[in-house]
Amino acid sequence: MKGAFRGSPVLKLVAQRIALGIFLLFAVSVLIFAGTQILPGDVAQSILGQSATPEAVANLRQELGLNDPAYMRYFQWVGGVLTGDLGKALTTRQEITVTLMPRLWNTLFLAFWAAAVSIPLSIILGLIAVRFRNGPVDKAISGFALASTSLPEFFIGYLLILFLAVKLQWFPSISTVYDGMPFLEKLKAIVLPVIALVIVVLAHMMRMTRAAILNVMQSAYIETAELKGLSALDIICKHAFPNAIAPIVNVVMLNMAYLVVGVVVIEVIFVYPGMGQYLVDHVVKRDVPVVQAVGLIFAAVYIGLNIVADVAAILANPRLRHPK
Amino acid sequence: MANGHAKPRHESDVLLEIRNLKVEATVYSPNEKPRDVTIVDGVSLALKRGKVLGLIGESGAGKSTIGLSAMGYGRGGVRITGGEVLLNGRDILQGGVKGLRKVRGSEVCYVAQSAAAAFNPAHRLMDQVVEAALLHGLGTRAEAEKRAIALFKKLRLPDAQKIGSRYPHQVSGGQLQRVMTAMALCSEPDLIVFDEPTTALDVTTQIDVLAAIKDAIRDTSVAALYITHDLAVVAQVSDEIMVLQDGKMVEHGETRQVIEAPRMDYTKALVSVRSIDHEEKNPAQEPLLSVRNITAAYGGDAVKVLQHVSVDIHPGQTLAVVGESGSGKSTLARVITGLLPPIAGSITFANRMLAPRLADRSRDDLRELQMIYQMADVAMNPRQTVGTIIGRPLEFYFGMRGKERDARVGELLDEIEMGKGFVHRYPAELSGGQKQRVCIARALAAKPKLIICDEVTSALDPLVADGILKLLLRLQKFEDVAYLFITHDLATVKAIADSIAVMYRGEVVRYGSKTQVLRPPFDAYTDLLLSSVPEMEVGWLESAIKGRRMESAGN
Repeated sequence: MKGAFRGSPVLKLVAQRIALGIFLLFAVSVLIFAGTQILPGDVAQSILGQSATPEAVANLRQELGLNDPAYMRYFQWVGGVLTGDLGKALTTRQEITVTLMPRLWNTLFLAFWAAAVSIPLSIILGLIAVRFRNGPVDKAISGFALASTSLPEFFIGYLLILFLAVKLQWFPSISTVYDGMPFLEKLKAIVLPVIALVIVVLAHMMRMTRAAILNVMQSAYIETAELKGLSALDIICKHAFPNAIAPIVNVVMLNMAYLVVGVVVIEVIFVYPGMGQYLVDHVVKRDVPVVQAVGLIFAAVYIGLNIVADVAAILANPRLRHPK
Repeated sequence: MANGHAKPRHESDVLLEIRNLKVEATVYSPNEKPRDVTIVDGVSLALKRGKVLGLIGESGAGKSTIGLSAMGYGRGGVRITGGEVLLNGRDILQGGVKGLRKVRGSEVCYVAQSAAAAFNPAHRLMDQVVEAALLHGLGTRAEAEKRAIALFKKLRLPDAQKIGSRYPHQVSGGQLQRVMTAMALCSEPDLIVFDEPTTALDVTTQIDVLAAIKDAIRDTSVAALYITHDLAVVAQVSDEIMVLQDGKMVEHGETRQVIEAPRMDYTKALVSVRSIDHEEKNPAQEPLLSVRNITAAYGGDAVKVLQHVSVDIHPGQTLAVVGESGSGKSTLARVITGLLPPIAGSITFANRMLAPRLADRSRDDLRELQMIYQMADVAMNPRQTVGTIIGRPLEFYFGMRGKERDARVGELLDEIEMGKGFVHRYPAELSGGQKQRVCIARALAAKPKLIICDEVTSALDPLVADGILKLLLRLQKFEDVAYLFITHDLATVKAIADSIAVMYRGEVVRYGSKTQVLRPPFDAYTDLLLSSVPEMEVGWLESAIKGRRMESAGN
């Protein structure tokens, strides 16, 4: 293996990051499993209710495999996950994979559109803020950004519902989507949650883009570009931005992860059938396998996006891409 | 894009005329209200086509500011508040931002001090070299690239056809400086501003770059403002010299006149700098520090940076270690201080064996072996006052407190010729020379037997550096402290050393007392090193290039 990577530090670094990510995911799976084990209460007891006889509870425990030692249950669970089987929900006795997949797609659908709007918008706003730094435009953008981060997301959600759904009646207040729904209607249904999510993540990405580029603007090569007679916008886009990609990608990926794993509140407000709602429902019912499955998927998304950020940062570094 | 009118050519003989230039800036020093200071005051100059004017002075003299004003540019909030800058007969300060952008990169181009920082690390060299020419419509990309390759050849860059496809980090510092010169010439400007283009280079590389720049100026008949603090360098390339001090002109004349018959006292001081008399001392019976057969490497054993190095330092004497970047001189200091444990060899200090690792050394080992660095400002905590900085070793090594400590801090401040008035100042409120003096006082506070001085005068102006060297010599007499003096500057070595070790690629190639080392016959490397030091003499460059026996490393 070693020989194959020699001479290409990029390949080696990327391989290292991916290997580390996989290792991390296993570590997280142990934590998730351990965490659900130390939760108070007994699953069999809660399924059967307070009036159940001790015999019935014991039988159910036997049936669910809850009497096996913890490490065996862990390996059974991980083995199942690796073969695409997330187990059965305790409460509904349904295959988790079957119920979870459509919800995962819904969450990703919402996240995708929120990302597709917010990433270009935040980077462009960041570039504009740098171009007119310390001027009224920059201050207006920063002011909007600060205001939007200080508002809690449920408040933004309800404001959108009040104005765009109730008063103006442009969009539905409840984002119902179902299989076989026409694409355009689906889009219309998610407009409000997308706007809410964009407002939530926009400010952070915009501010970081601005800060990262301003940091690069201190470099001597920016002066070189100015002394070539380049226009301010050319300097920012051609000379500053390429050197600020690594920190920007990092914060973008952090926000992408948030769009997938942090949307619980927005999903609940707009009654959107995604992962967040699913998770909340099953935490309430103490349905441990579902909680574990959702937790693992969230962890995978988080780690995966961070790997993407790391790899992008490596690829953006000409010293690594073109060694001496 | 092709625009034939982009560069108006005037018939007039005078290319650049600066009249009564006034440049101001607002300074924000701690504990004070922002105030305006005048950086350049009432400077006028005229430059004919194809001529080179050398602007010389110490840092803060305003020479870079004047150079950049020829492009209508104020660095870091600096404002041109008065005067005229006439280029090709037009006052470029009246043209607004758009007018200035048209001038920059087409009529006037700029070569910066550190090409390594002035190139964008994200783009290939060729893209950056032709960028200004394409922007101003001075030919198609193919034409510009052809010009660039021809310039690479003229500047004697290796592999001229392909070097443009490299990234900045893939070529050496000396090569990068020449690529930057090619970048300036690629637009075929009327004027180039060279801002200390060889200062960051090794002395052996400086001479190559200097010769390449000189030839390129001659062959393209471009005019130039050549900014430097080194009179010997400017004597090689310029037709006229203007001496500046505190933003005002001191003297202006033909190169030969300024060098050989300076009129003003300040110019005389600049010309006669490095006139330190130092009597060489004979080695003592017992060396204070004895380095034996040290071999050291980075990355495990991967990169050997020191090979079988053996040197002695005698009590109260100075060993100068000279060599260019990458020769291992700073690594030797790291090994002696214990920061980099060697893989072989031993170090004896004051009759005891030093542990290879810093962590294993006794407090006395640490105290008796102090260090002073090149960058005095980053070697001090910016949030501590001078009193705290100098007082710290007194507390740490001698347990001094309160009045006793304050009294000693005062003594030390007197010893470094600064006085007690500085106790409550912060490093940011000191000049470069004062910062270095505080670092010296901090080292002295520990009552060391040996101080390692790593390029301590390299970042300073010649006159300030002179003051530091004189102080170090005086302190050596009082305190009987030995110095290990790391430098690439041979003039410094001649001024202060008792013995010299010449290093090249991790080995000591020549070692002995100062007179022995500096007496011919020389080995090839020492010869290259000695013959590369610019001398204040018109025509030195050509004869030095002719007499060389080996190539420089190019850093």
